[in-house]
Amino acid sequence: MTVGYARRYAPLVTMPPSVAPALADVTASDAALRRFLHGLPGVDAVGLDARAAALGTRSIKTTAKAYAIDLAISMIDLTTLEGADTPGKVRSLCAKGRAPDPSDRTAPSPAAVCVYPDMVPVAREALAGTGVLVASVATAFPAGRAPIEVKLADVRAAVAAGADEIDMVIDRGAFLSGRYLKVFEEITAVRENCARAGGGAARLKVIFENGELATYDNVRRASWLAMLAGADFIKTSTGKVAVNATPPNTLVMLEAVRDFRDATGHQVGVKPAGGIRTTKDAITYLVMVNETLGDDWLSPHWFRFGASGLLNDLLMQRQKLSSGRYSGPDYVTVD
Amino acid sequence: MSTDRVNVLKTYKLYVGGKFPRSESGRVYEVTDSKGNWLANAPRSSRKDARDAVVAARKAFPGWSGATAYNRGQVLYRVAEMLEGRREQFAAEVAAAEGLSRAKAAAQVDAAIDRWVWYAGWSDKVAQIAGGANPVAGPYFNLSTPEPTGVVAVLAPAGSSLLGLVSVVAPVIVTGNTAVVVADEAAPLPALSLAEVLATSDVPGGVVNVLAGSAAELGAPLAAHQDVNAVDLAATASDTGLATELEVAAADNLKRVLRPAPAGDWTADPGTGRMLAFLETKTVWHPTGGLGAAGSSY
Repeated sequence: MTVGYARRYAPLVTMPPSVAPALADVTASDAALRRFLHGLPGVDAVGLDARAAALGTRSIKTTAKAYAIDLAISMIDLTTLEGADTPGKVRSLCAKGRAPDPSDRTAPSPAAVCVYPDMVPVAREALAGTGVLVASVATAFPAGRAPIEVKLADVRAAVAAGADEIDMVIDRGAFLSGRYLKVFEEITAVRENCARAGGGAARLKVIFENGELATYDNVRRASWLAMLAGADFIKTSTGKVAVNATPPNTLVMLEAVRDFRDATGHQVGVKPAGGIRTTKDAITYLVMVNETLGDDWLSPHWFRFGASGLLNDLLMQRQKLSSGRYSGPDYVTVD
Repeated sequence: MSTDRVNVLKTYKLYVGGKFPRSESGRVYEVTDSKGNWLANAPRSSRKDARDAVVAARKAFPGWSGATAYNRGQVLYRVAEMLEGRREQFAAEVAAAEGLSRAKAAAQVDAAIDRWVWYAGWSDKVAQIAGGANPVAGPYFNLSTPEPTGVVAVLAPAGSSLLGLVSVVAPVIVTGNTAVVVADEAAPLPALSLAEVLATSDVPGGVVNVLAGSAAELGAPLAAHQDVNAVDLAATASDTGLATELEVAAADNLKRVLRPAPAGDWTADPGTGRMLAFLETKTVWHPTGGLGAAGSSY
């Protein structure tokens, strides 16, 4: 499965060495990179909040809602990232990934199961023979405060254990103190270490931890920085801090991704994570994707939700649509 | 001068999860007194309000059912204290809603407060009549205890806007259930004012949720809701067709259903039936250690 997947998507996940001639020189030095990132247009915070709020008012009903629910389920990275994770818990989450709604086999599977690196072999085994991918956080998640050698070893271990996707955290300390080239080089190094022994590479998701970046301008700069460094996905947050994915900070990232494709022709995925719990939230994000980026991103290959509780709410709504009755937490699995 | 005052007209709202939201649907309807004079606008709840109320009630259930019976009794007694303090307001609302004289309305309010106190006292006593030790032919203590069934949807009775309401709500919550109450459509104001009393007493948010609107419209989604454990169909006393329909919908997840008594007189002694209707019985077998095969004497 993994090999087939890698072969199928190799042209998509392998990025050309230089992103675009126009942007080749902006990463030449720390000063050039800073000049470029600070030269990005500032974010109009009030306008952004208003735009995100307006997109949250779209009314999605009946068949469109059914489609959105199934799409959202198929975009979930079913996540368990706790110190108390046991192989049993990971296996039960994988079982949920195989058949999210045991009472209705037409429910789609989520895109991936996201675990800590040491749980990758467990998840790999539990998901064998399914289309569900294994994603692993790495680089001393969630703080990212470890020497670069440790972070890279973390990545290599996860990839060797069979992770299809790597979720790395950026060095927020370096980013906030303006050492952008350090962040850039770290992402590049992690990217090189995502390569698999047998060819191909794990897709790389780069987590910014928007809640710690303080401003929307910083979120935009981090987005460009990660995309220049070759991220396959940019991801809002770890889910471990007070402020996680919000519609406005995700919208900034969606706009950055759109602008990046316009500038370089290169498409990058987006993954909001943390704090997305209800079907309504999920549909709001899908509306944002559709109206900011369009159809090209409305697939699990280009958009993901990092969540766990969200799946149950989506399944309950799905049951409501099929039966006409409101469902309850007794009719979905506990995780 | 005082006659020139502009009326301060009140906007009634729903009571869901300890908050006072407007109906999700944005609808309101005119509430009139018994002679057809306009009294106020009440929110006309939609099925989504009902859904939200069930979510709030479910969320409140572990805390409320886990509270000690003594504590629940104290909280309910506190509600009676607050009702007593707003006696005049309730008397005026009941008089307008039911077309009663001031004195008769006051008597209804007094009876409602007394009923509330009476039920509050049952909180730590209901286990004595609904549970106990069972004689079994084996070396076990066999004990049955009543437990609340969960979220109860209460379609409040028509015609008795406060006493009838209190008589159906208090027995549900005193044993640890949480309630979603659909107020009498024709006279919802005492119920919406009761919500204000509940909000300012110590009842945790979500234990009682009050919706105003049509029992027929809200009854259907509540009766079919998979996360509701029981329904009280008091509002359907005069509509057996609706009662049957709701009962059929409720059968899907084996809800407990309390069918309405024919034309109940709410001032009569209520008995324990309404409390016992929304309880489950948990029975535990505990080895005594005596009478064992070893033949020990203790």
